[in-house]
Amino acid sequence: MSDIQTWTLVFVVLTFSVYIFVAYRSRVSTTSGFYVAGGGIPAPANGAAIAADWMSAASFISMAGIIAFAGNGYGGSVYLMGWTGGYVLLALLLAPYLRKFGKYTIPDFVGDRYNETARLVAVVAAIVVSFVYVAGQMAGVGLVFTRFLKVDPTTGVIIGMAIVFFYAVLGGMKGITWTQVTQYTVLIIAYLIPAVAVSAKVTDVPVPQIGFGTILAELDALQAELGIPEYTAAFGSTNMLNMLLITASLMFGTAGLPHVIVRFYTAKSVRAARYSALWALFFIALLYTTAPSVAAFSKLQIIEDVNGTALSDMPSWFDTWSEVGLITQADGSAISALPADATVAYGDILINNDIIVLASPEIGGLPAPIVGLVAAGALAAALSTASGLLLVISSAVANDVYFKKINPQATEARQLMVGRIAMAGAIVVAGYLGINPPGFVAQVVALAFGLAAASFFPILVLGIFWKNCTAMGATAGMLAGLLTTMAYMLWTIDIYGNGDGIFGILETGFGTIGMLINFAVTIIVSQFTPKPSPVMQELVEEIRYPGKTELVAKHAQGEV
Amino acid sequence: MDEHQRREYWRRNLRLMAVLLTIWALVSFGAGILFVEPLNEVVVAGFPLGFWFAQQGSIITFVILIAVYVTRMDKLDAEFGIDEYEEEVHHS
Repeated sequence: MSDIQTWTLVFVVLTFSVYIFVAYRSRVSTTSGFYVAGGGIPAPANGAAIAADWMSAASFISMAGIIAFAGNGYGGSVYLMGWTGGYVLLALLLAPYLRKFGKYTIPDFVGDRYNETARLVAVVAAIVVSFVYVAGQMAGVGLVFTRFLKVDPTTGVIIGMAIVFFYAVLGGMKGITWTQVTQYTVLIIAYLIPAVAVSAKVTDVPVPQIGFGTILAELDALQAELGIPEYTAAFGSTNMLNMLLITASLMFGTAGLPHVIVRFYTAKSVRAARYSALWALFFIALLYTTAPSVAAFSKLQIIEDVNGTALSDMPSWFDTWSEVGLITQADGSAISALPADATVAYGDILINNDIIVLASPEIGGLPAPIVGLVAAGALAAALSTASGLLLVISSAVANDVYFKKINPQATEARQLMVGRIAMAGAIVVAGYLGINPPGFVAQVVALAFGLAAASFFPILVLGIFWKNCTAMGATAGMLAGLLTTMAYMLWTIDIYGNGDGIFGILETGFGTIGMLINFAVTIIVSQFTPKPSPVMQELVEEIRYPGKTELVAKHAQGEV
Repeated sequence: MDEHQRREYWRRNLRLMAVLLTIWALVSFGAGILFVEPLNEVVVAGFPLGFWFAQQGSIITFVILIAVYVTRMDKLDAEFGIDEYEEEVHHS
């Protein structure tokens, strides 16, 4: 066993034991504890849990790589702005009001505010979005286990499933929340240490957010030399229209994702929900402002190390990652197919986005314990997101389908059991999807944001801010937004139609158009359909004020 | 809160939201995308300014916006005598 493997094993075993211990300490016996942690999580802890829930394997493992390699550098800004800007919308437009309304799930709010048809559409949308996501997390777990511990991906996924199974089934939202707080701590330390070390080493400035400014000019010049658009050049890889649409789609999608919104129900009060949003974005911003610097430092180092180097002189990280097929020739064939004395130009090779963060400590020449720590951080990011998503699936099945539709008389113990069985089932399906990922998962994950923006965001905002928004209006709007967006995606995605689209709009940005269609349809149909009941209108009025109100309490007990 | 106070509370909430969301749009869609090219002419500490807004400045501004929102809302709540928040309501 190499040093790196030993250290990885140490950190993985250590962190996993802590997760299990934390989960065991916070096990639950009530449905409210299972779905929303009894609504009693302090704001900073809830913020850290939201951050861990939100920052997935994609944020931790892939994002820096996407910024560095998928576009010229500036092009990746859509993810940075999109995945953080959504929290401003959540904090100002949704979190306080949904918390005051006081529900377990998003379909619950939709069903109560509108009607049963709308609830059903929301349940289906929530489950689909969550499964798409969770498959990506499990695949991420497999990747880390394969690379760092040399076990096969299937074993890796099964180990991950077993851990999630233990703490999610036992502890529900409470167990998940406290475990996520721990996981956030692990993942942010694992992300920041190598970034600070590399920044200090290359620029003498130990703050990566500031340090990477000093290398941008050099990077711009190198890329110009290689014939690619400069790193900081505006619209080097994506045009202005698509930059705007994709950013908006990611922002509004973030504010419409069921597993994020549900977290504001775990806050103690309306005020705590506001503060949770603040803490969440603060914790997320720590990683998101660091990611672009990791991207810039790694890209500079990689171009300098690789371009014009003979294959036999390559640094060791190049060999380890080309062995597992994540560095290949530009046409996708293996590096080993090249003659051993060949000289490589940067343009001749293809570096997978997923390896930048995982390889950054090796690329930066940092010692083995740090490499192991990064591996544990990546696992924390993947597992925390997976557990949050699994809870959404399980609560949608147990609460919105079983309790609301099939057996409204079910006792609390029975609901809890159904919730746990649904969770176990969801984990097995997620594990299967992680071991056998459908070829289009990566594409669909990006599209999930467009779908969330086009379906949920408008009807949630209108449901809160516009008393006369009707059930039929919302259902029509949700369907119109969802269907046009899906149709456009199917029409333009490579594997289906590969059309050029309208005005060259990329499929990832179309969610914004779908959202506008949803808004328009909801507003127009609401003019011609029966208004919500007077009680509902009064309830919508009540949720604007954060203090205690009788009406909301009565509605809570099912008296109105 | 009586009817008049409620209307006043909501009006001030909406005004705060409008101001903050305008800034939100200006730093991200404005400085980060629409006006990125002219802003890139200015270089600060190695960062072309438009690029900085797109990868750092907008995120930092977002955190500040929410911080301003929560503190201003706390003040607004206090002014209107809301010191007890809805807590126990959770139901299916």
